[in-house]
Amino acid sequence: MKAYLKLAAATLLCMASFASAQTPIKIGFMAELSGPQGALGQDQYDAFMMVVQANGGKLGGVPVEILKEDSQLKPEVAVQIVDKLIERDRVPIITGLTFSNVLMAVFKKVVDKEVFLIGSNAGPSPIAGAQCSPYFFSTSWQNDQQAEVVGKYASDKGYKRIVAMAPNYQAGKDFVAGFKRYYKPALANEIYTSLSQQDYSAELAQVQAANPDAVFVFYPGGLGVNFVKQYAQAGLKGKYPLLNISTTDGINLPAQGDAALGAVLGTAWGPDFKNPQNQKFVAEFEAKFKRIPSQYAAQAYDSALLLDSAIAKVKGNVADKKAFMAALRAADFKSIRGDFKFNVNGYPIQDLHVFEVAKDDKGRNSLKTIATPLKADKDGYFDKCPLK
Amino acid sequence: MTWGLFLTQVLNGLQLGVLLFLLAAGLTLVFGIMNFVNLAHGSLYMMGAYFGAAAFAATGSFIAAGAIAVVGTLVLGFAIERVALMRLYSRDHLDQVLATFGLILVFNEVVRYLWGPSSIYMNAPEALSGQVTLFGLNYPSYRFAIIAAGLTVAAGLYLLINKTRLGMLIRAGASNAEMVSALGVDIKFLNTMVFAMGAGLAGLAGLMAGPILSVQPGMGEPVLILTLVVIVTGGIGSIRGAFYGALIVGLVDTVGRAFLPILLQMTIERSIAQAAGPAIASMLIYLLMAVVLALRPQGLFPVRHG
Repeated sequence: MKAYLKLAAATLLCMASFASAQTPIKIGFMAELSGPQGALGQDQYDAFMMVVQANGGKLGGVPVEILKEDSQLKPEVAVQIVDKLIERDRVPIITGLTFSNVLMAVFKKVVDKEVFLIGSNAGPSPIAGAQCSPYFFSTSWQNDQQAEVVGKYASDKGYKRIVAMAPNYQAGKDFVAGFKRYYKPALANEIYTSLSQQDYSAELAQVQAANPDAVFVFYPGGLGVNFVKQYAQAGLKGKYPLLNISTTDGINLPAQGDAALGAVLGTAWGPDFKNPQNQKFVAEFEAKFKRIPSQYAAQAYDSALLLDSAIAKVKGNVADKKAFMAALRAADFKSIRGDFKFNVNGYPIQDLHVFEVAKDDKGRNSLKTIATPLKADKDGYFDKCPLK
Repeated sequence: MTWGLFLTQVLNGLQLGVLLFLLAAGLTLVFGIMNFVNLAHGSLYMMGAYFGAAAFAATGSFIAAGAIAVVGTLVLGFAIERVALMRLYSRDHLDQVLATFGLILVFNEVVRYLWGPSSIYMNAPEALSGQVTLFGLNYPSYRFAIIAAGLTVAAGLYLLINKTRLGMLIRAGASNAEMVSALGVDIKFLNTMVFAMGAGLAGLAGLMAGPILSVQPGMGEPVLILTLVVIVTGGIGSIRGAFYGALIVGLVDTVGRAFLPILLQMTIERSIAQAAGPAIASMLIYLLMAVVLALRPQGLFPVRHG
């Protein structure tokens, strides 16, 4: 009886592996798709699907089935989704991942099951260092890098007095800390505001009273729309340069209008990059969705290109985890941000730029590259990662 | 610290206060007269902001946007009261909370469907986009306009409530609704009027907040919580309570946020103060509410009976 069962199990296993050659590869796409930050996840999804659709529903020449899941910016929801994706749908790959707290909640669960996790936005520091995993790859950045490039820029500009403002939570403090890594003078003031705060009138009055050379802020999503509008209304725009991360980004710019003009943002990709693959991406995205793609769209587009290249390399056999891991690590695709390599911890080694909000040639407010303060930059945690 | 900075912060508190008053006025009357818990009040505020932003984009006139936002939310308030909410007055509070919470979800999805998940653009009218200089510090003229408009509406409400027949009925309804209906007043009509008026005021608040805040799905929820704090602090059912409660909450919140971190930095280590300051400051209004509830459970300015 026992032998019979074993035989049956073996037969089933064979059938399963035969089946996997014909049935599509399932990819879990989990992002913030609803709520105040839902626009970020939507941009990620739209751009990811552009690649899939352009290839006729295939990545790397193999049909793929994308399971779209909304983690609602709730870590507990994300954990349930991941359980379902891994246990029931048996996906070998999960991608998307908009927010760092959501990524941290599911990270161990996913990589312990040897499921590949391809983040296209969040970049928390713990998994860049000691907790790194060979199953994790990011097509965005390690969070600190965006702050570091702005800090380097502020330092290059010779600003003497800077006031920093951010919401009073982990990411807010991380970004201010990252800024200080390349900006050495002591900050004139650090103001932290409650994450639920909508109105910054009281803090802007303090900024004015401090009379700084520049202001550095991190206000993502709707907070950034509030902040930038109020900054302009208080007469601070133009008076104190507004350096920021994720505040005057592609998602927020349409809602901020001219209040955002002149603000300086740091990240890894901008819509005005001249490389041909980027021009193609921007043109197609604009034609399809009638808006300028955001950095979130760009990062997800790259994640689809990465998967496309890696799946092609292993000819669709993603069950060969070693080979697939090596194929991903090779990053053998033409990134729309230009040069792109993976570090040992799965985060990119890449140039980081600063952009100014200015009118583009169609008269719309967009991001214009003004400097590249950090070249082929590695994040500050990889040397703590035991992987080689 | 200068007097100019202090005065600016007081103005900021006043501005938040009048905005909260516009929301609290409608909510407190609906609570007081119909004994109805309307969690969807914040959604009416959101709809006001969206109507205003859409109308401003289409017409380019802030006055027209204001008219459309107020009338639009008034009509919307009228419609949801007649279609859904009036059936719920006799039910218990849990049913009301469930139904109006459902409305929040519906409204959020409707605006997401119509306008998309990102915030939409709305700015102050050209004439009000500058600043006024006060004691060497600039103050946005648009915020002055909010204070002026809010105080005007408050004065108008005072006259309406204290000097007109409708106001008399509203006051009577707030202190004893059964008696008013026993005396032959069409209480259903009165309820609908009060609800629609409250919706219109919420819409006005939404419109005025549009140029300052991000107009996006779900923008009504944070402000709803503040509004609930206002009416509990001021006294449920009382317009006077809503007015003073809103100003107190606005001032305590703003002045606390501005000066508590500075005060803390004088006493404890800077990095701890920077983290603890905003956390404690954001709790101040809830502490205030708790103290008020402990000492005067009926609120600071309750409805006067008899």
